[in-house]
Amino acid sequence: MADKIKFIIKDLDLYYDTFQALKKVNIEIKENKVTAFIGPSGCGKSTLLRCLNRMNDLIDNVKIEGAVTLDEIDIYGDIDVINLRTKVGMVFQKPNPFPMTVYDNIAYGPRCQGIKDKKKLDEIVERSIVQSALWDEVKDRLNKSALGLSGGQQQRLCIARAIAMEPEVILMDEPTSALDPIATAKIEELMETLKKKYTIVIVTHSMQQAARISDDTAFFLSGEVIESGKTIGIFTNPRDKRTEDYITGRFG
Amino acid sequence: MTNKKNRNIKEEAFRYLFMLSAFVAVVSVFAIAFFVFYRGLKPFVGGDHGYSLFQFLSGTEWRPGKNTFGILYMIIGSIFATFGAILIGVPIGLMTAVFIAELAPPSLTKIVRPAVELLAGIPSVLYGVFGLGVIVNVLKNYSPTAQGQSLIAVIFVLTVMILPTVISISETALRAVPKAYKDGSLALGASKIQTIFKIMIPAAKSGIMAGVVLGIGRAIGETMAVMLVAGNPIAGIPTSLWDKIRPLTTNIALEMGYASGLHQDLLFSTGVVLFVFIMVINLILNSLIRKKIG
Repeated sequence: MADKIKFIIKDLDLYYDTFQALKKVNIEIKENKVTAFIGPSGCGKSTLLRCLNRMNDLIDNVKIEGAVTLDEIDIYGDIDVINLRTKVGMVFQKPNPFPMTVYDNIAYGPRCQGIKDKKKLDEIVERSIVQSALWDEVKDRLNKSALGLSGGQQQRLCIARAIAMEPEVILMDEPTSALDPIATAKIEELMETLKKKYTIVIVTHSMQQAARISDDTAFFLSGEVIESGKTIGIFTNPRDKRTEDYITGRFG
Repeated sequence: MTNKKNRNIKEEAFRYLFMLSAFVAVVSVFAIAFFVFYRGLKPFVGGDHGYSLFQFLSGTEWRPGKNTFGILYMIIGSIFATFGAILIGVPIGLMTAVFIAELAPPSLTKIVRPAVELLAGIPSVLYGVFGLGVIVNVLKNYSPTAQGQSLIAVIFVLTVMILPTVISISETALRAVPKAYKDGSLALGASKIQTIFKIMIPAAKSGIMAGVVLGIGRAIGETMAVMLVAGNPIAGIPTSLWDKIRPLTTNIALEMGYASGLHQDLLFSTGVVLFVFIMVINLILNSLIRKKIG
């Protein structure tokens, strides 16, 4: 059975003012897989990630051409951005829990959607934290400030916060780059279980990380996708010389 | 050798120059405090020309001719006026700050912010003239006593006067909220307005409170503008928005020019009460700022 396609990105151009950050990008992202975007700094991988939940809308003077479809619906067409963002969650490079309790952090998204029932919120909070493998560490401090958690715990809290919305996709923008190796390992482990339920797209600087956790990989250079496909293929048998140079560490 | 020595002398000279400058502020505050307290407390420490502190603080009539000096109704008037101005001014100011910091397109910000800055620069007597010429005139048509000079007129004038303080400090506080909070909230499907009320304003809370406290300080200390619209009666605790009031500040400004003896000392005493208010406000402000850092 062929994998189901979640996102189709077609001929996508993105400009910041006059600078073209993405050039004719074409990629497909498969459902329930981990797709990694790799490439040197400033290659456009994070920019593309932020196109998938329209976070680029927040930046002035961004111009986007081309199409991005989620389940065959054009997300730059006549859609509700808020609805899109509840379906496509995001985890940022630096853990960014809100300055409130652990509980309120997780309940924030559901509350914004109008869920007020305490029992239902309790349920969502517990389930999200359990799913993000954080329950044992925070179950006794749900009503303490989330800022008191360690960096790795904060990042898993942010994952839990995204999960609480029951999204279909989770976008991760270098989620482990601010973490130590042990916290990183925990998050990678978590991604392994999360992909059964969610489609995951991760931007990473670490080739090893991409190789370890992703099913598919896209390699970016100067705003272009040089090569994309199965991770194993890209890492063992790159078609493009530039891909080979990058993954063997010749530049970047 | 001489060069080095010269340099040292220069360094030292400038060090003292800077220190001297710093002393000007410190000496001023102590000098003012000393004289106000010295003159203002004198009537209460006995002597032939004394006055009862209790009667001074609890009296509701101010009749220098009859040797009656009560300022309770002024204290209450000042507090009501300040409270009213905060009640109206803070929501308007905060919403303006949110608008400038978060919502307004740059072209509109370019109009609103200079307007706010200009508002802050208008001399207070002009606020008073405007209040007397426009606000009081309009209120006259609605007042049950057919008089425009009133508590409500003072509140309106003070509301406008505290706006620049509240707006600029709240705006700074909102802009200082880490962008990561805002992004995190929006990425969770929160709307812009939800993000503002649930994330931005709570995160900027202590800064906003500092703006409110400074606004209180401004309102309670304002004299010139208030004097023109307050009515300044000689007695009576205000019980309605249409009542005239006599704030502490205007009591001093109105009479200091011709007062003498006990009368003059008790005007200083009014100043002491004002001073205490301002000190309390400053203490609150400092503790707010410390909390923000800590």
